[in-house]
Amino acid sequence: MIKHLKIALLVAAIAAATGTLAAESLTSDLRGSTPLNDEGPAAPMAPTRNTSEHETRNYPEQPPVIPHSIDGYQIDLRSNKCLSCHARARTGESQAPMVSITHFMDRDGQFLASVSPRRFFCTECHVPQSVTNPPVSNDFVDIDTMLSRSAPGGRR
Amino acid sequence: MSVEPKAPSFLKRVWSFAVELWGVLIRPSSVFALGVLVLAGFVAGVMFWGAFNTALELTNTEKFCTSCHEMRDNLFSELKSTIHFSNRSGVRATCPDCHVPHNWTDKIARKMQASKEVWGHLFGFIDTREKFMDKRLELALHEWARFKANDSLECRNCHSADSMDVTKQSPRAAVAHERYLFTGEKTCIDCHKGIAHHLPDMRGVPGWQ
Repeated sequence: MIKHLKIALLVAAIAAATGTLAAESLTSDLRGSTPLNDEGPAAPMAPTRNTSEHETRNYPEQPPVIPHSIDGYQIDLRSNKCLSCHARARTGESQAPMVSITHFMDRDGQFLASVSPRRFFCTECHVPQSVTNPPVSNDFVDIDTMLSRSAPGGRR
Repeated sequence: MSVEPKAPSFLKRVWSFAVELWGVLIRPSSVFALGVLVLAGFVAGVMFWGAFNTALELTNTEKFCTSCHEMRDNLFSELKSTIHFSNRSGVRATCPDCHVPHNWTDKIARKMQASKEVWGHLFGFIDTREKFMDKRLELALHEWARFKANDSLECRNCHSADSMDVTKQSPRAAVAHERYLFTGEKTCIDCHKGIAHHLPDMRGVPGWQ
């Protein structure tokens, strides 16, 4: 008798749970109202930040982001559009920052005369920035903030 | 005109016809009035000129250019991903907008040069992708030299430096144009290479690595 009661309770619980699940819409804030099994319309492409101002790096090793648009820039074995401004010999005319000296090093730490082949493809590390609100916020804290928090006197 | 008893050879008959024609051409007309001749000459001239220019303009279209696979597969397909083919306002450049001068004498000069391209097509100078890639730098150098020599005339047919509002350009572009374009120190092609087609191997090209 008790066993039957247990089964009945279980069935009732499952039914209730299923009902609640079914009633809940299968959407999330990021997806909007598109059901999970559908592909929604693509969001409009955000414009690219197009300035010549450096952006602060979040940590010293961070590859600086590209503050300007690079639409149509050709970077392949035959040519490198970025280097037509950022190469050492070109910076006088272009007033662009020179590629870092680390880019002239081969993997044994030897400095070459020009950009090392392993550092040739700029967009492997450096990327342009979109002017948009990120759908997921970032709670990264840089080292200076972190240190000042732990220092006596707390957050300054 | 003396008529020989024996049937003359073909060459002789052609020669005697030519002599006879010359004789007619250098004598004043005894049948047609001067007015008729002038008018007929004028009408024939108009028709010849119309036909000539129509044929010329037919070879000045994208359809004509891309009727050769060398142009269609290599260059036209590369153009399609650039801003000169597809952009927000739908204004676009076709092959002759950039590669054929608008000015008539310059156009004819370019067309005469282009007869070598017909020769190249007939004898398959660049009939495979590999041959094209091998020749690509040489071909590009020709075109850059042409743009450099005419101060990027074909660019300026649409992009006038006088009408350029640098305040509406990105800061980078504004600085570069003010420093190099407006002063006449450089011309468009000096900086804007590879904007409508892919670039060849740029080693050794000034300003490139």
